[in-house]
This record gives sequence, C-alpha cells and structure tokens, in this order.
Amino acid sequence: MIVQAVVATGALLILVGLWGLLTRRNLVKMILGFSIMDTGTHLLIVGLGYREGATAPILDASTPVGTPMVDPVPSALVLTAIVIGLAVTALMLAYAVRLHGSRGSAAIDDFKENAL
Amino acid sequence: MIRRLLALAALVAAAVLLSPFVLSSTDTGAMPQVAQDYIRNAPEDLGGANIVTSVIVTYRGLDTLGEVAVLFAATAGVGALLRSASKTEKTIGPRREASEILETGAGFLFPLIVLFGAYIFTHGHLSPGGGFQGGVVVATAFLLLLLAGRIRAFGHGPMALVESLSGFAYVAVALAGLIFAAGFLDPRFLPRGEFGRLFSAGAIPIIYSLVGLKVGAELMGVLAGMRPSEGGAS
Repeated sequence: MIVQAVVATGALLILVGLWGLLTRRNLVKMILGFSIMDTGTHLLIVGLGYREGATAPILDASTPVGTPMVDPVPSALVLTAIVIGLAVTALMLAYAVRLHGSRGSAAIDDFKENAL
Repeated sequence: MIRRLLALAALVAAAVLLSPFVLSSTDTGAMPQVAQDYIRNAPEDLGGANIVTSVIVTYRGLDTLGEVAVLFAATAGVGALLRSASKTEKTIGPRREASEILETGAGFLFPLIVLFGAYIFTHGHLSPGGGFQGGVVVATAFLLLLLAGRIRAFGHGPMALVESLSGFAYVAVALAGLIFAAGFLDPRFLPRGEFGRLFSAGAIPIIYSLVGLKVGAELMGVLAGMRPSEGGAS
C-alpha cells in the first residue's frame, strides 16, 4: 500500500516537473522543473524494486542470508541517477549563470537562435 | 495559448505512459532472475554484506567508472563555464565577515564531518553508504569552511592532485583485477576476509574509498567554481 503511494508520488512529480519544464520561460525555473522530474524518477524506480515484506538488501546479524530482500538493481540504478542528476543540474545552472551574464536576462525567449 | 495546449498534450501522453507503473505496483511477483542471482550469490561470491554496493562496484563496476567519468566531465564543464564568466563580468562587492558562531562552529564541526564522510565511504560494503555519499559529506565539510570564511578559496593544486590520483588508482585497481583475478574491476584478487569486517570483500572497500575521494574532490571543484569572485575584499 505504501509502495503504491510512493510510485504514485513519483509519477506525479514527473508530471509536475514536465509541466514546469514545458511552460516556464525562466531558465532557473526550467532547471527546477527538471530537478523535480529527476526526483520523481528516483521515487518511481525505487518503488518498482520494492517487494512486499522484504528488507533492504544488506546482510547483518538480524537479516541473515535467505531473508526476503528488495531488488538491489533499482537501488543501484537510482544511486547512479542521483549523482548524474546532480552533475547535470550543476552544469545547467552554470550555463544559466553564463547566459544571464551575457544578456542580463534569464528568460528563454531572449535566446532565439537568430538573436545571438 | 497553443503552447499551453501542446504542453498539456505532452503531459497527458506522459501520464498514459506512467500509468502502468502506478497500476501494477501492487504486483508482488517474482524478482527478475538477475536480481535473484545477485541476492543469492553476491554475499558468498564477493564477501560484501551490502548487496547494492556489490552491484555498483563489481557487477556494474564499468557503469560506475563511466559515472565517475560523467561527473568529471560535468565538473570540468562547470569550472570552464564559470571561470571564463568571472573574468568578463563585474564582480560582487566585498563579502561580509562570518559571524563568531558560524566561524567557531565550522572549525569545531569540520574534522567531525570529514571523519563521518570517511567512515561512510570506507564502510560502504558493510552498511548503507559508499563512495558517492561519503564524498558528498566530505565536500559539505569544505563548503562549511568556505561559508565561514575560514578559507578564502580551495587550493586548486591539492584538489586536482587528489582527484587525478584517485581516478588513476581506481583504474589501476580495476586493471589489477584483470591481471590477478577473473576480469576488469574484479575485486577478488585480495583475500575475501571475514564476512562483516572492515577489511573484507576483497578490493571493494578500496575501490569505494577511491570513488569517495574522487567524488569529494570533484564536488569541491563545483563549489569552488560556483563561488562568485570577490571585488575589493582582502
């Protein structure tokens, strides 16, 4: 039940982020939309790896071999995705700073191809 | 208006694409074969208690190497973009001095945070955590020093040195796996050790510590790049 809520929240965040990415005209807001979408994807993927009644895939004294465990592959993928998302967001923000510096504006409409 | 409608259409299409995931997440069916194999065999095979770490460092080790490379490329991009920007643009005014509380607190917390980060990346094969998480924690310690004004800027030399040495050592350890064990990034050329101890799981803790150092140094590079250049201060 909880995992359904997580997956649904993830899907909703993806939609919210996509809406922001498509309708905002300010570069920083578009990057925010991308970040929200990124977070939604992480929730969705981790939620899909969940199995009813299973624990985290880490063995110790209280969870010996044979304990039901969730799928470790989505967790590993999301770990990768978080780092790449961070790197991409930092790079996008650097571009936004640079564009703002060259034009004094952060609106995407001011950066038409022929206007440059 | 037409733009809004198009965005709405894209949104509906995305919702349709995502709906199977939401509707089928009640499925408690069997896991994919590869995941079952990882859970069943990884602890015995590699000796690491954290199966996610085993997947990241060994089974999908090449992906992680690529991930570190992507992170490096993005960091280099941020550095290049912002460094050239700071030359051409007007700089901000002199910075305000940090308060006494922030300055004292940063000095007190800095070694503890670095220690905690090192703990996270050296225990990645035993507990939740690993190189990426630990590296981020180490970078936040330096961010704190920067905010408190204890250091004016990061020394570019030592940071680049740590970053390139750890990247080089990562590939060297991977190649050692190719020569002394079954393949590239195979950590089993070192003894498997006693399960659940710090020195166990072959080369996994070594690889993850190197990843931690590299990620920490790269994120410090991003922080140094994002920092606005100063006007007349000091």
